[in-house]
Amino acid sequence: MIDIRALSKRFGSLVAVDGVSFTVQRGEVLGFLGPNGAGKSTTMKMVTGFLAPSAGTAVVCGHDVVQEPLAVKERIGYLPEGAPAYPDMTPASFLGFVGAVRGLRGAALQRRIDELVSTVHLEGVMRQPIDTLSKGYKRRVGLAAAILHDPEVLIMDEPTDGLDPNQKHEVRQLIREMSPHKAIVLSTHILEEVEAVCTRAVIIARGRIVADGTPAELQARSRTHNAVRIAVRIASPGMTVGVRQELARLRYVDTVEPCASSADSAAFVVRPKPGRAVLPEVAQCVRAKGWAVEELRTDEGRLDEVFREITTGHASKGGAK
Amino acid sequence: MSDAAPIAPRRVAGSVQRMAAVFRRELSGYFVTPVAYVFIVIFLLVTGLFTFSRDLGGFFERGQADLRPFFVFHPWLYLFLIPAVSMRLWAEERRQGTIELLMTLPIPLWAAIVGKFLAAWAFVAIALVLTSPLWVTVNYLGDPDNGVIFAGYIGSLLMAGAYLAIGSCVSALTRNQVIAFIITVVVCFAFLLPGFGPVTALLSAWAPPRLVEAAASFSFLARFESVAKGVLDLRDMVYFASVIALFLFGTAAAIEGKKAA
Repeated sequence: MIDIRALSKRFGSLVAVDGVSFTVQRGEVLGFLGPNGAGKSTTMKMVTGFLAPSAGTAVVCGHDVVQEPLAVKERIGYLPEGAPAYPDMTPASFLGFVGAVRGLRGAALQRRIDELVSTVHLEGVMRQPIDTLSKGYKRRVGLAAAILHDPEVLIMDEPTDGLDPNQKHEVRQLIREMSPHKAIVLSTHILEEVEAVCTRAVIIARGRIVADGTPAELQARSRTHNAVRIAVRIASPGMTVGVRQELARLRYVDTVEPCASSADSAAFVVRPKPGRAVLPEVAQCVRAKGWAVEELRTDEGRLDEVFREITTGHASKGGAK
Repeated sequence: MSDAAPIAPRRVAGSVQRMAAVFRRELSGYFVTPVAYVFIVIFLLVTGLFTFSRDLGGFFERGQADLRPFFVFHPWLYLFLIPAVSMRLWAEERRQGTIELLMTLPIPLWAAIVGKFLAAWAFVAIALVLTSPLWVTVNYLGDPDNGVIFAGYIGSLLMAGAYLAIGSCVSALTRNQVIAFIITVVVCFAFLLPGFGPVTALLSAWAPPRLVEAAASFSFLARFESVAKGVLDLRDMVYFASVIALFLFGTAAAIEGKKAA
């Protein structure tokens, strides 16, 4: 539904977006990640027809945004960064305006607006100037405007930025509900959001795509992926060193690092060699030695660690395509 | 939104309908803030002052039943009042970030530009219509040629359109309304000067008369002069229409330029 082809944007000598290509299918929720200034917003602005690409193009539902911008704009719902809306208007008149532009009118428009009011919870503020609304309400007004025409493609630039945890939860819930019927792209720098709603994540840094995979695949690139955290009760003072040596001797173990623990126990993170799992070995060792284990769990890997490694150019391992 | 929610029937709105939506939003935008009322009050006060003042319009002193003292100051009034209307047209959209919203809605660029322009023009037309008590007054006091007065109104409105188009173009170039206001005043002033008495006198001191005449013919002042007398010349109308078209194209170029930047 969205086919981005070698999209590039230069501002003077600055290359903001440098040959970005990816596709998004119906049912996918693509999380677009990257540090501030990486080119996320610029890419979205080009796909939605707000900025003209310096090179490349985007095809949305079979329409080229450079050749047929109107056809693309008809099919996209777009929530720009900060959810801009006319401050003097009320949500009612604002949604009425967007609906009129989208070709809805009269009773059909009113029905759709009523529907949206309960979907994004705008009850009670429909007659207040948008200017006077809280950030959360403004965001919901913008979201309502973006999905008013029930678009096949939904593009949102930081949809939950500045919302409180409950509001974030609601917006994510809404995205999940809509996702089976739409192709959705959302940019964010909140990684938990990617884990919560996205079926796929694309990481961009300095205008280029540096990773593209499911959140699980990206997690697997973390150094702590499949690492085992173990805490053992210490019976005698010398035992800490012994436990560490035993763990380090196990098969597939790469490193054993001590970590914070209480006075009468010792805790370690056991990292496996790339592509290996050490939990069975560790568990067997525990049984054989008869250690009193207080904690034993596998680490899924941390997305923010992967994000930091990839976007600062210190990626430790190969791609997870 | 539930999956079973019925999708509201949608039809492709024609560009004109989308333009009408922009027009309605923009025009109602003038009236939700006090700006519109302040503008209209100032407009009415100043036109009244100029018209009836003994030294300026001399409406009563002339002892003639016409609205010439009213129309003759319009080019100068508009010089400061119209930029105040036009300055927000695009600069405000850019400052609020709503331009991103507007330009990603399925509205052709021309429809957005013309819709906004027509809204500003309609607003000025409303202010002009509110001066109709003057017309009632001259009809009460004497027996004026209402055709001449009507021509004056049409001409004044056309000239206001030309000012607004200039303002629209300048407003598209900046996100700062104050800058938009000042530059619009300067550009409009440049369109007045060649036909302004002292300036033509200065020019004719060294330039050939034909050049002075040619320059003056590009002046709003010279063009409006005949209109104020009640002569609605097709050439004057074409002139103002051309200025409007030219600067609306300029607005489009300015917005397209920012899009590609």
